[in-house]
Amino acid sequence: MGTGMFDYAPAPESTALVDIAASYGLYIDGAMVDPLDGTPFKTVNPATEEVLAEVVAAGPRDVDRAVAAARAAYDGTWSRLSGRDRGKYLFRVARLVQERARELAVLESIDNGKPIRESRDVDVPLAAAHFFYYAGWADKLGYAGFGPDPRPLGVAGQVIPWNFPLLMLAWKIAPALATGNTVVLKPAETTPLTALAFADICRQADLPPGVVNIVTGAGDTGRALVEHPGVDKVAFTGSTEVGRQIARSVAGTRKKLTLELGGKAANIVFDDAPLDQAVEGIVNGIFFNQGHVCCAGSRLLVQESVADELLDRLKRRLATLRLGDPLDKNTDIGAINSPAQLDKIRELSDVGEQEGAERWSPACELPERGYWFPPTLFTGVSQAHRIAREEIFGPVLSVLTFRTPAEALEKANNSPYGLSAGVWTDKGSRILWMAQRLRAGVVWANTFNRFDPTSPFGGYKESGFGREGGRHGLEGYLDV
Amino acid sequence: MSEPTAEQAPEAARLAVRKTLKLYVGGAFPRSESGRTYEVRAADGRFVANAALASRKDARDAVVAARKAFGGWSSATAYNRGQVLYRVAEVLEGRRGQLAVEVADADDVTAAEAGRRVDAAIDRWVWYAGWSDKVHQVRGSANPVAGPYFDFSVPEPTGVVALVAPPSSLLGLVSVVAPAVVTGNTCVVVAHEHGPGPAVALAEVLAASDVPGGVVNLLTGRATEIAPWLASHMDVNAIDLIGVTDPGLATELEVAAADNLKRVLRPPLDEPDWFADPGLDRMVAFLETKTVWHPVGT
Repeated sequence: MGTGMFDYAPAPESTALVDIAASYGLYIDGAMVDPLDGTPFKTVNPATEEVLAEVVAAGPRDVDRAVAAARAAYDGTWSRLSGRDRGKYLFRVARLVQERARELAVLESIDNGKPIRESRDVDVPLAAAHFFYYAGWADKLGYAGFGPDPRPLGVAGQVIPWNFPLLMLAWKIAPALATGNTVVLKPAETTPLTALAFADICRQADLPPGVVNIVTGAGDTGRALVEHPGVDKVAFTGSTEVGRQIARSVAGTRKKLTLELGGKAANIVFDDAPLDQAVEGIVNGIFFNQGHVCCAGSRLLVQESVADELLDRLKRRLATLRLGDPLDKNTDIGAINSPAQLDKIRELSDVGEQEGAERWSPACELPERGYWFPPTLFTGVSQAHRIAREEIFGPVLSVLTFRTPAEALEKANNSPYGLSAGVWTDKGSRILWMAQRLRAGVVWANTFNRFDPTSPFGGYKESGFGREGGRHGLEGYLDV
Repeated sequence: MSEPTAEQAPEAARLAVRKTLKLYVGGAFPRSESGRTYEVRAADGRFVANAALASRKDARDAVVAARKAFGGWSSATAYNRGQVLYRVAEVLEGRRGQLAVEVADADDVTAAEAGRRVDAAIDRWVWYAGWSDKVHQVRGSANPVAGPYFDFSVPEPTGVVALVAPPSSLLGLVSVVAPAVVTGNTCVVVAHEHGPGPAVALAEVLAASDVPGGVVNLLTGRATEIAPWLASHMDVNAIDLIGVTDPGLATELEVAAADNLKRVLRPPLDEPDWFADPGLDRMVAFLETKTVWHPVGT
């Protein structure tokens, strides 16, 4: 893509700022340490398949050591520190993330495959903003509406996904530390590098040892962490299936649980919507971050009377998207994060064809190496199709039509998920009517995929429970 | 004096008209579809009634009724829901005497203590009635996002809530039902097995006031039998395990609830002091937060 309407010269971001070590240990009790029973594995650049570094899949003893360090830090320092001082540490962290923003953005794009434009303009600035926001809460918790002196829970075990590695780390660590908890965080197996860079930020901030511990690894490490008896709080962002397993594993304990899980958001376009803006919103909704977004607008519901016109405009727009080198500043669509995810996207897309939906992609040359999937849309999709029901977590849009607002609403809510939804119309009363009735935790009206540290985010139904962001985000880390 | 005959002292010997204890589902009072009952006795061993022994099918019917009622109840205005709840308190007030007798039997307490519990239950109901149009302002927010967007968050009801009621037959029951329904949820309640009388009396009060059928559905019987069906039911959105005293069963129910990621309120280590200020917890447990964004521009 990129040929035809416009040609762009390559504009790659420099990687000079990034210094990736050949191998990494675990960040426990304020130091990078060798594993006790962990085993090494490699993290690769999904755009090139090059090995970036060797990291540790932490074993049960490693997790045990990290939880013990977090407990000692909780009892010994962090829970005794004033809110003001906790806040000052977090302000430091926010500033350090800002100071090292370009480095973190490049690192994120290399490890994750996302376009540098997104890591630079969205992921990293939002991560810094999240720390800055919760830093300010640390000495104001008595005003947050949870009583005069709400208490922390203790040690938080946090497991985060690969789609927004540093941003999800910020969503987890910032409120946990602001409220006085200490953390053991496990980044996703395919994207450990920015979390390990964050360990260095903790060093620069002089954060007391053990307040933040980073254990890398895959599912087994995550399971060891959430099932560890020394953990008081479990926070997980990821698939609904793993969320269910975690909910079962904490049953019968006193662990507090928050889950931010999958979605199958309806993005609803009415016939009076400004169509060009809606097209931009649809593109942003499903092709942002290659569609690796739990709140992606993966079901387009378009009013029948404007369906043809909208699809024409959408297809013209998709033909201008540039897919390729994530580090190129002109790139719109980067690499799929892993071969496993690529297989899943391919499989569900094939199912879409087999079930009778019509598949379309713009002419698009995929790089020879790396993991890639072209922007794809399916028309003629029914509510029963798997591509209308299951989360694909890739750049694949399913298009359905409707005639009346009531029908749009019924189709939008016909999902076990309830994370987000979009509404596009010029009619204010209709926006509010829809917003009231959509069973979803976030409703974007005439916009999509907006995030802010002050704005509570989280799901209804099988998209999980608990909120991250805003005053609401404190609650999951307080004994209330 | 000679011994009194039946004709001479009719009042003393009046034979009571006893009540059949039935289920309350969808605004009606059916018997259990299973045809089963169980004998309810007072603490002194006296026969009180045969209560309906609800079955899995009754539980499912109750969920269907609760789901059907959810749309209307959750979209009623907060003012309206507040008045409907207040009306329940008005009707309860008129039956204080009857309730006190039933609570004394069910909770095995003195008449004075039973009266105190009934009064607290009525006051609790009034307290929650007043929350209907205030919880949004306490729990909602306008969010100052860093961009040209109007952004706000509001609490909304979770949906259909299953409640395993605590032993406190009226005050405990009211303290778990009122916070669930005042915000717009509908519920299926499993009354405590050993004292269902006050629960059935509450159902009769609900039916006689303005609460739409299906908003509160009440099952009598064994929580050990019914609760697993509710915990695993895919159209139940949340479950309150307050009345589950067996830790093994509580764990089992929480595991089953994970099938559709129900919100689970775990049982506390000890039964709470039902006379204490309840706080917001039981309302908040069954509220979702919805955040809405819209661009600002000319």
